[in-house]
Amino acid sequence: MNHMLSLLIFSPLVGIIALSFLSWKNERAIKLAGLFGTVLPLILVLIAAAGFHSSASGLQMTEQANWISYTLEGINGSMELKINYELGITGLSLVLLILTAVVAVLAALASWNMRNASKSYFIFFLILELGMLGVFASQNLFLFFIFFEITLIPMFFLIGRWGYADREKAAFSFLIYNGIGSAILLIVFVALFMKTGTMNYGELAKTLASPAGASAGSTFRLSVLVSLLIAFGIKLPIFPLHTWMLRVHVQAPPPIVMLHSGILLKIGAYGLFTFGMGFFPEEFKSLGVLIAILGVINLLYGAFLAIVQTDLKKVLAYSSVSHMGIVLIGLAAMNEAGVKGAIFQLVSHGLISALLFFLIGVLYERSGSSDIQDFGGLAAAMPVTAGVLLAGGLASLGLPGMSGFISEFLAFVGLFQTMPIIAAVGAVGIILTAVYILRAVLAVTFGPKKEAHSAFKDLTVLEKVPAFVLLALVLLIGVYPEILSKSLTTVLDTILLGLRG
Amino acid sequence: MDLQTLTSMNWGIMAPEFTVLGTALLLSLLDLFMPREKSRRILGILSAAGIVLALAFLFLQFSHEPASLFHDMYRLDSFSKAFKLILLLGTGLILVLAYDYKMDREEEYRGEFYYLLLTALLGGLIMASSADMITLFIGLELLSLSSYVMAGMRKRDKESNEASFKYVVTGGISTAITLFGMSYIFGLTGETNLYSIGNALRDMSILQNQFLIAFAFIITFAGLTFKIASAPFHMWAPDVYQGSPLPVTAFLSVVSKTAGFALILRFFLLVFNSAPGIKGDPLLFQVQPYLAFLAGATMIAGNLVALRQRNVKRLFAYSSIAQAGYILVPFVSVSAMLFETTWFYLLAYLFMNIGAFAVIQEVTAHSKTHDISGFAGLYRRSPWLAVAMTIFILSLAGIPATAGFIGKFGIFMNALGASQGHYVLAGILVGTTVISYFYYFNIIAQMFFRPEHQEGRLQHKKGLLLVTAVCAAATVILGILPGTALHFFYEQFQLTDFFQTMEQK
Repeated sequence: MNHMLSLLIFSPLVGIIALSFLSWKNERAIKLAGLFGTVLPLILVLIAAAGFHSSASGLQMTEQANWISYTLEGINGSMELKINYELGITGLSLVLLILTAVVAVLAALASWNMRNASKSYFIFFLILELGMLGVFASQNLFLFFIFFEITLIPMFFLIGRWGYADREKAAFSFLIYNGIGSAILLIVFVALFMKTGTMNYGELAKTLASPAGASAGSTFRLSVLVSLLIAFGIKLPIFPLHTWMLRVHVQAPPPIVMLHSGILLKIGAYGLFTFGMGFFPEEFKSLGVLIAILGVINLLYGAFLAIVQTDLKKVLAYSSVSHMGIVLIGLAAMNEAGVKGAIFQLVSHGLISALLFFLIGVLYERSGSSDIQDFGGLAAAMPVTAGVLLAGGLASLGLPGMSGFISEFLAFVGLFQTMPIIAAVGAVGIILTAVYILRAVLAVTFGPKKEAHSAFKDLTVLEKVPAFVLLALVLLIGVYPEILSKSLTTVLDTILLGLRG
Repeated sequence: MDLQTLTSMNWGIMAPEFTVLGTALLLSLLDLFMPREKSRRILGILSAAGIVLALAFLFLQFSHEPASLFHDMYRLDSFSKAFKLILLLGTGLILVLAYDYKMDREEEYRGEFYYLLLTALLGGLIMASSADMITLFIGLELLSLSSYVMAGMRKRDKESNEASFKYVVTGGISTAITLFGMSYIFGLTGETNLYSIGNALRDMSILQNQFLIAFAFIITFAGLTFKIASAPFHMWAPDVYQGSPLPVTAFLSVVSKTAGFALILRFFLLVFNSAPGIKGDPLLFQVQPYLAFLAGATMIAGNLVALRQRNVKRLFAYSSIAQAGYILVPFVSVSAMLFETTWFYLLAYLFMNIGAFAVIQEVTAHSKTHDISGFAGLYRRSPWLAVAMTIFILSLAGIPATAGFIGKFGIFMNALGASQGHYVLAGILVGTTVISYFYYFNIIAQMFFRPEHQEGRLQHKKGLLLVTAVCAAATVILGILPGTALHFFYEQFQLTDFFQTMEQK
């Protein structure tokens, strides 16, 4: 039995331990240790990817160990309620693990210029990465929940200590909203555990599909699914539950927003996909229209509000809301194209939003502002920055040849097959996306040149790495989508089999 | 009963109690004859030695067959062993807090402090091991009376006096109510032994008195909620916690509460396990909605009012009320996992709460204020203390990788695993837990986000540091490897002997 996944998940601990032995005065060593701490998981995840068979179906690299067991003394003898330590990956989790490791390294690089990035900053950063890696590799609801919550605490600290002016309020609103989400999840998980006696994904899906699982009652199944939708809807976020996420995007330090918008939001979609669709395909189908409508609302609402924002961070925050709508649209279509589009959108948005927030961090670092009106004519002073920003914007609005196009296209193809009217309404959002992205990006890069900007340095070598790596990945997926879909085929087949019933 | 039967009895099974009693007597004599100006700290070391000895006896008893004295008046069974372990551990840790506690002008009374702590513990031990109404009540009173005096330990301090007075008055009332309820039970059955009462209530002739039985249940339960500080008798807690010396506050919120839960579980499960309810259903199921209401009200009241507290001790008083509400949930749902989950939560609660109180004692002794702002900038002044406090708070808030989460998970399994899941109660539990994030994380925000008011690093007391370290380690270990404690529980304690009466031969 190999322990590849355990090694991977807990590899950030190496960095944490190294950091805790460093003196807080040695800033350079701390930053190096922090960066090294994120590189190690990246190496491990690449090794894992090399050993992954994309054609084989089912779980790979599984690990299992006994962990906790409760003995139930009943009238007919005792029975055991077991919670095991179970890990394993599918193609989807692998893709998300790679995304996590890549964005984490780049975010650590982006933290290089933060003046107040201290020892504890990187320790929290690495705990956060540990939690995110764990979420995607768990094969057990209990473990999933633990890692899910582990991401909560370091985020609270990272926002509350290293954020901007209104950071504490943002930290608390993050904590409470996500706390409510986790609370709902916990009830759902324990209820499922008590009904089925297992927390393993595979066994749960089997039990729930069997006649015994159906006897749990259709109200129970539907209410569980709706609870999951609300819990992960907070994380994603779905329209009325999104306010916390705006505050986080505006107040948190840019490298953390890269992680948050790039990875943490994806956990919501991952959860909906794995638990919602995977465990309750029938009920998910019956909620399809509702989810599609929610998706379209997200898409249009985010886009409309992004048009009127004057703060770049807010434009991107609303654009995230809007883009997560596309994920919902893809999932709601429940056919191959739609679901594939949704997953592509997860990866694509993860990369693009990380790139754009990184650039905002760069701009903020130089000018101390992220207001659109404070910029203009940046192309003259910082040509490389302006160029990457424009490219990132174009990717975000779905220009063919970039990753954003593939995902939007697939998601809408999927939805047009099943719900053409809703899809037609949603398509308006694509136009709006072009409007708000171009408005923001053009106002920053072109227009009359501002005097104050002439002193700004263009991207340094250190800053070029995250910018170009992310852009390259966006282009790679856009030009050669097969690289992603190869490892997703078996996951899609399994889930679609469930949907067909 | 002549002298021969008295000497032939197996007194050895009471060894932990005798040790505690002996130590308390010895200490009070020593205190009496010691020169006035001599420091009483040596007594603290002696009492700690007594508790360690009692713990050693308890460990030796783990392999002991279940046994009893005086027709189950005193029982050595798995239940009593499991709870006595928590009581002794808790008191041991609190003794260290007391040893490092600054008494200022009341230094001369330090001796009393130690042996009152021991007599209170003795009361708790008896509550955990007895299955007879009379001895249970004696244990309860011994614990209460000792606590009343301890609350007023700082004789020249107004708040401490207020605490003691309020505690006596509300305690007296609730004791009266408990006795009132017990008198009904005795009147209905003519027995004081819990097993005999349980049998008598199974009798069909009792059915005509079903209303009286339900009445007795509710009244007794209401009276006993005083000890665990849950609704309806929880209002004493904030004032008493605030006024009492800090180690006493820790004792009230952990040891006294655990003893209260031991008594409640033993008493109600034995007496009413097959009592008929009003028309058909067993009584234990019929009262569930009422108990659930009380547990829910406790959680809501505790957590909501805690939001507005600035005084740390008051805040922890409300937090401890809320926790009592959580721990009541398994009792309310009477599921098969009742004992292990309650025991585990109490164990987790012991470490996280005493640990938190140790940090509070350290911080307040330094900042001279109980206001929450005393924690501001703690991370800069003493990083490890801040990290430890964070662990305790995360655990109290039920965040994974801490003991508190596993405890709460167990409570959820009880609430949702019962034949008809208590979804509303579980909903209130998680809802109030999220509310509790506000005040728990506010302390974290103070420690990490705010600038310090006072310069310089904290000077640590060794004892407090030891308690903090032990509690933090235990909280994390129980959170990551809860299997160790659960395995220990299943290995050592076969709770099947809980319902078996042991007649004296």
